[in-house]
Amino acid sequence: MKPRTVAVVGAAETTRLGKIPDMSVIGLHADGALNALADAGLKPGDIDGVATAGESPVAVAHYLGITPTWVDGTSVGGCSFMLHVRHAAAAINEGLCKTVLITHGESGRSRVGAGGGFGGRPGSSLMGQFEMPFGVTSPPTMFTIPVLRYMKNHGVTEEDLAMVAVIQREWAGMNPRASYRDPITVDDVLASPMIAWPFRMLMCCLVTDGGGALVLTSAERARDFPHKPVHVLGAGESVETPMVSQMEDFTTSKAFRVSGWKAFEEAGIAHADVDHLMIYDAFAHLPLYGLEDLGFCKPGEAAAFIRERNTAPGGKLPLNTNGGGLSYMHSGMYGMYALQESVRQLRGIAPAQVPGARIAVSHGVGGMFGAAGTIVFGNDA
Amino acid sequence: MERILPQPTPETQHFWDGCKVGELRLQRCLDCAKAYFPPRPFCPACGSRAVEIFAASGRASLYSYVINHRPRPDMGAAPHSIAVVTLAEGPRMMTNIIDCPQTPEALQLDMPLEVVFRTFGDMALPLFRPLADAPAKAAAAASQGVRARVLEGTPA
Repeated sequence: MKPRTVAVVGAAETTRLGKIPDMSVIGLHADGALNALADAGLKPGDIDGVATAGESPVAVAHYLGITPTWVDGTSVGGCSFMLHVRHAAAAINEGLCKTVLITHGESGRSRVGAGGGFGGRPGSSLMGQFEMPFGVTSPPTMFTIPVLRYMKNHGVTEEDLAMVAVIQREWAGMNPRASYRDPITVDDVLASPMIAWPFRMLMCCLVTDGGGALVLTSAERARDFPHKPVHVLGAGESVETPMVSQMEDFTTSKAFRVSGWKAFEEAGIAHADVDHLMIYDAFAHLPLYGLEDLGFCKPGEAAAFIRERNTAPGGKLPLNTNGGGLSYMHSGMYGMYALQESVRQLRGIAPAQVPGARIAVSHGVGGMFGAAGTIVFGNDA
Repeated sequence: MERILPQPTPETQHFWDGCKVGELRLQRCLDCAKAYFPPRPFCPACGSRAVEIFAASGRASLYSYVINHRPRPDMGAAPHSIAVVTLAEGPRMMTNIIDCPQTPEALQLDMPLEVVFRTFGDMALPLFRPLADAPAKAAAAASQGVRARVLEGTPA
């Protein structure tokens, strides 16, 4: 994409997060969308581009009464919304549409109007043939498989994994909308129920209901909206494999590295320029891989970086300041909430606000290290 | 509940046929010589369609795993390993490690393994077990305990 040409002018989550048994998936999309449109001072009829994942953009456009001239149904897992931002920027620059709405809604917990989720893979797919027969079910038995190799190669301990959850809970404690806010200790995490060794329950993300939406337009038009625009400085995306067993190296994600490098290169920023960071944390090891694969830490150094409180409140690189998927919320495709927190931080309205944040990086994962999307945002471009 | 089983496609039939007759069949490229998995009728390294099927040695080492404490209904009730092994020929595959305790102490990364085929219905699955001639090493490693293993090479 052309850097600094497109901005977020509307951003909002669903009115409620957590347990929402009275709303269906499409209803959550619409609630987030209407909130984001109101935030931007727009009506559905002002939108001419629609992107979404998990639902068809056809369904979302029709439900909201939008007749788009551009749609994007890229669905590569929880980072799909990062890819939508990148694709929307290209579409706006190319003149395919002027104002894009990106929506997310998921009834992850209540399963109202939701599909089958994981486990519905055809037995004839490669995953169905070469992974499903060995007992994998959902992300806790797939996303977690690489981590023992990472731990052995880098001397990382179960306590280190637990510390990721402990520090994110500190951030969640500052956020009234977080699902879990009470402080926890490393011992608490290591005493929580075993899910798939070495992963215990408090190292795994929540399963909740919710949604959110973004409105993007050209940087030129963005000046006329109610809120100070949050510019897209750079973006990256990549994919590696639909099967976690076929990752090239279990200690690093190729998709993370390619996506992150592209986003930083486009934005023309250095790591020291980043004031605020979101790394999609479906499980406690994701921030470790993310910090290293995005280049904030050298291989094997992320656990110490977190343990030494660099990413904690008061640290030099505030990370997952909403509490993350581990404590804030996780509907299934969490990337939208990472983007929302980046926008809040650059608008200066986050519950755990990083003072004077100017550059925010939002990094998402899709599938089990299968895909990645990275957005660099700035508020004074 | 019956075990969830693979449904072969034309591109993978040779692999599953091999499992039934006790052969772990991989493919390799006749142009760049790279062995690969999962099956497909071309080389994922160079794109050549000139590939052949061959019987692998069945030797492997343990690359990574989890011990699932909430088994799927068709996998029984006891915690069990879901592992990825590195085959001697290079490719990696998901499997279960069997014929040993399903504990961190017994399942040491890099331990040598050998393939064993187990029949479920009309299919056979390639599972792996500790290599028969390496019991002493496995026992010694097991006695060290998991925390010591994970902490290996690092300050406490």
